[in-house]
This record gives sequence, C-alpha cells and structure tokens, in this order.
Amino acid sequence: MTELVIPGQAGAPEAESDLMVRAEQVHKSFGSIEVLKGIDLEVRTGQVCCLLGPSGSGKSTFLRCINHLEKINAGRIWVDGELIGYRQRGDKLYEMREKEVAAQRRAIGMVFQRFNLFPHKTALENVTEAPLLVRREKRAEVREQAAPLLGRREKRAEVRERAAALLERVGLGDRLHSYPSQLSGGQQQRVAIARALAMQPKLMLFDEPTSALDPELVGEVLDVMKDLAREGMTMIVVTHEIGFAREVGDSLVFMDGGVVVEQGNPREVIAAPQHERTKAFLAKVL
Amino acid sequence: MTTDQVTTERARPEPIRAVPVRHPGRWITVAVLGVLTAMFVHLLVTNEAFNWSFMVDRMFRPPIIEGLLRGTVLMTVTAMLIGVTLGVVIAVMRLSENPILRGVAWLYTWFFRAVPRLVLLAVFGNIGILWSRIEFGVPFDTQLGQLFGIDNLQLRLFGFSSHDILTGFMAGLLGLALSEAAYMAEIVRAGIQSVDQGQTEAAQALGMSRGQLLRRVVLPQAMRVIIPPTGNETIAMLKDTSLLLYVPVSVELFFQLDAVGNRTFKIFPMYVAACLWYLFLTSILLVGQYFLERHFGKGYGTAGRARLRLRGVAAEAGGNPGEVKP
Repeated sequence: MTELVIPGQAGAPEAESDLMVRAEQVHKSFGSIEVLKGIDLEVRTGQVCCLLGPSGSGKSTFLRCINHLEKINAGRIWVDGELIGYRQRGDKLYEMREKEVAAQRRAIGMVFQRFNLFPHKTALENVTEAPLLVRREKRAEVREQAAPLLGRREKRAEVRERAAALLERVGLGDRLHSYPSQLSGGQQQRVAIARALAMQPKLMLFDEPTSALDPELVGEVLDVMKDLAREGMTMIVVTHEIGFAREVGDSLVFMDGGVVVEQGNPREVIAAPQHERTKAFLAKVL
Repeated sequence: MTTDQVTTERARPEPIRAVPVRHPGRWITVAVLGVLTAMFVHLLVTNEAFNWSFMVDRMFRPPIIEGLLRGTVLMTVTAMLIGVTLGVVIAVMRLSENPILRGVAWLYTWFFRAVPRLVLLAVFGNIGILWSRIEFGVPFDTQLGQLFGIDNLQLRLFGFSSHDILTGFMAGLLGLALSEAAYMAEIVRAGIQSVDQGQTEAAQALGMSRGQLLRRVVLPQAMRVIIPPTGNETIAMLKDTSLLLYVPVSVELFFQLDAVGNRTFKIFPMYVAACLWYLFLTSILLVGQYFLERHFGKGYGTAGRARLRLRGVAAEAGGNPGEVKP
C-alpha cells in the first residue's frame, strides 16, 4: 500500500538522489564473447570517475552502454535517476522508442578517441548542428499546440552565440570557421568537447580522449577537461593518463576481463594498489 | 644546420649533361598511327556512302532537334531525377533495420537489374495490353461482391484510359527511371557504407534521430563517393534513350534519324549523324561531371590534401611550425 512506483524512477531509491550514474550488474556480450561480466558502479553528481584497465578489459564498451550506444544484455543503468534505454512498469521492461533514446542521449555528452567531428562542417557548425536540430523539433511541437511562433532568426543567432562562446572557452575562439581537416588533433578534440557541451549535458563521457593525439598535444585537451571538472561537471573518463586520474579524479575504477577489479580514491589506489592485477598494470604504465 | 652552411659555401658542382635514353619504339608507333589516320581520312573524304552534304542538311531539321530536346535531353533529365530520388529511398530501405523494407528493397533491385533495359522498355511499351483502363477504388471489388451475393459490384472512384496515360513517353520514362533507380540504389548504398561508423555514433551520441543523422551527417559525406558513378550513370542514360526506339517513342533523336534513313534509303549517313550527336551530348556531360566532382571533393579530395601538404612543406622550409598546424 505504501509503495508508490514512479515511472522511469522505479528501482532508484530516493536516498541516493545525488547519484548521477548507477550501474547494477551490467552484462554485455558480442555473440558468444562476454565483454562485461556484471559491472556495478556509482558516480555522484559533480564527481570525476576514471576508468582504468588494459585494452580489451571492457571499459570502452561499458562507457558506450551508459548512453545506450550498446544495448546491454542484463542489469540496469540509471542516469540521474532515469533508467537508460527502457521503461519499467511493474516487473515488465519496455524498449524505448528511437526518439526517447535520442532524448536521453542529449543529456549525456560523449567524446570519442578518434574525435569523429563532421568533416564537411566547420568547427562552429559542428557545435551548432545538434542544438539547431533539436530547436527545430521543439518548434514543430510548439506549432502543433498552435502557440505563437518563436522568432526564428533570434533563436538561431542565440544558438550560434552560445556555440562561439563554448569554442572560446576551449581556446578556439579564433578557429570558428576552420574545417576539421585544417585543425590539429588537439584542436579537433577540443571542438569535439565543445560540441558535446553544446547540448548542456548533465554527464560527460570521455572514451580515451587523448589516445589518438601526439604527446605534445595531450596537455591542451587535459587542461580543458580539468577546467570542466573544476566547474562541477560529472565525468566518466576512460583513460591511460595516470597523472590526470591522480590529479582530477574523485574515484578510480580498475577493470580487467569484464569485471571491476578494484576501486577507490585514485591517489590511494595508485600509491598502494591492493590487487595483484592492478599492481602489475600500474607497474607497467607508471 | 652546420651541414647546410658547409654545402652552400663549397662550389656548386656542374649540372649533369647525360645522353638521354632513346625511344625508337615511339617513333615507329607514330609512323604507323600516321598511316592509319591518313587512310581513315581518305575513307571519310572519298567514300560516297557517307554523303556528307545530305547528312549535314538533314541532321539539323526541326523534327530531329525536337526529338533531341524532348526524347533525349528531357528524358535523360527526368529519368535521372526520378531514378536518383527513388534510388536513395531504396538504398535507405536496404540499410534499414526493418526486415520488411530490407526485403522489398532487395526484391526491387534484383528484378530491375536482372531484366535488360531493352526488354524492360518493350514490356512497358506494351503494358497497355493488360488494362484498357486504369482505375482507382476498392481492390477486388467484383470478387468481394460475389462473396456477398452482389453481381458485378463496382467500387471505383476515378479512372483513365490507359491509352491517355501510358503514352510512349510515359512508358519509356517509367522503364528507364525504374531500372535506373535499381542501379542508383546500389551506388547510394556503397556511398552510405563508405562513411565512417564513428560519424553515426557521434551523431547518435548528440541525440540525433536516424533520419536526422542520415540527412545531415551521412548523406552529405556519402555524396563524394556517389557523385562520380552517378555522372557515369547519367552519360549511360543519355545513350540508353536511343533504346526508346523499341517502346516506341517517336519524338526521340535516334527514332527520327532512323526514320529519315529508312525513308530516303540513305541509312548510313543518318547513323553517322547519330554518332556525332551522341558524341556532342556526352562531351558536354563529361565537362559537367568534372566540375561536379571538383565541387564535392572540396575539403578532402586529392586537391585539398595536396594543398594541405604544400602548406606543411612551406612551413617546414620556412621553419615556422605555427603554420604547419594552423
């Protein structure tokens, strides 16, 4: 009688409302190969969680599960109290429609190892692309409700202004009209970060953001990420940059073979790893 | 740095003056080609069967020009427009997650690529044999009526005589456009698949729907791969309008030239005229294709890459690393 099930929030206890991400027993298989074998993870709002581990340990796959780029086979993932990819009514799970999944993804920014900027668009257009599309969708909704139309020009300019400000913030205020092919790797990755931020996400996912960069360009990208962390953005970062994890990370999760081997305060884990596998890995990377 | 200075201080060695390798084969080839060309020109000038004055007199007559404009140029343009549009739709269907759409798209391309264009045109030209009238209404109305005991039930909204709709031009257009769509679908599919998977993922992560990411991200990038073969398809289409002779479409270049030839018993000059007209038209298209490819290759084509490389070289030579990565 006292239990009240709120749709979309079922299963997420109220006491943990400051949890941005909660993953429970996440399993993922590609064919017969099980890549994730039951991952449990919690990230509090405003915290930076670093995922560490050898290649093939499943950390990138797990990251892609959080915004439903990969469908999980078992377990649950909540972002800001909302179940990802499914709607739960009672005991039954319903697959979300494509549009609903897209709406969830808008709250989650993602930065890729190979940048994946749109090569046929300038830096500014890369950043404005998604917000402008969403705006168009909203306008269609408004029109359906027979409400007065929004001033089109004004809003367009607004989106563009915000995008320019974001590019300024990542230090590319003078490269607004450059195409990705005219930018260095570090600059491209900073545009990619601005592009993800343009959707005003609650959570940012970084998938080895500096692994494809020349060593001299890694610093400029890490600096932008540090600023972001300082401003209170919740971040999950798959990385091999131990220094970044130690300096910025609030928690460190070490994965191997599809399971979480060890987790805790980054400075403590890096200084004194408990598990043999973590020790061996850190000995090689440090 | 020091080695550079040393070389500039030392006397520059004398430039190489070596005896170049001789190519006697080239001279022999030129001689043979020269003789063959002379023979060909001699044939063109002296053989009476060419009847040049007759050909020039007839090949610019109004019916032939009208056939060229409507049956060849207009047909090529409309058939390609329909073919490309339908081709994109079928390609997207083929790559869809919906198994029914995928199946329909496969069946379509299978049928229209398997039947030769000439045969297809002959079939469409005679499709009026199937129906004297084309009507819209409730399907299987007579059969349904019989089921409920009503004789000859007719639930038709409107209709046309198939003679009015399926004119030669329409039948020919239908045949060419539908068959073209099948080929274009394969070209577009290859183009879409050539775009890096990371682009789709990035667009999805930004919360774009499948339609949005296809329209705004994938297709514009696929264009670079789609345009060159589409140019070839257009040129092939222009030539294939000559097959309309078998529909038949009378207001068409080859039909008209053929008719003049048959009427005057001077068939050969008219076929030569056809060759010249098609050569002229395809040459125009080739020029157009060159500019189209240059336009869509901007940003990443070989030209773009060469420009970037040049800038890199210049920066290295100038010793200004700031310019290498602007």
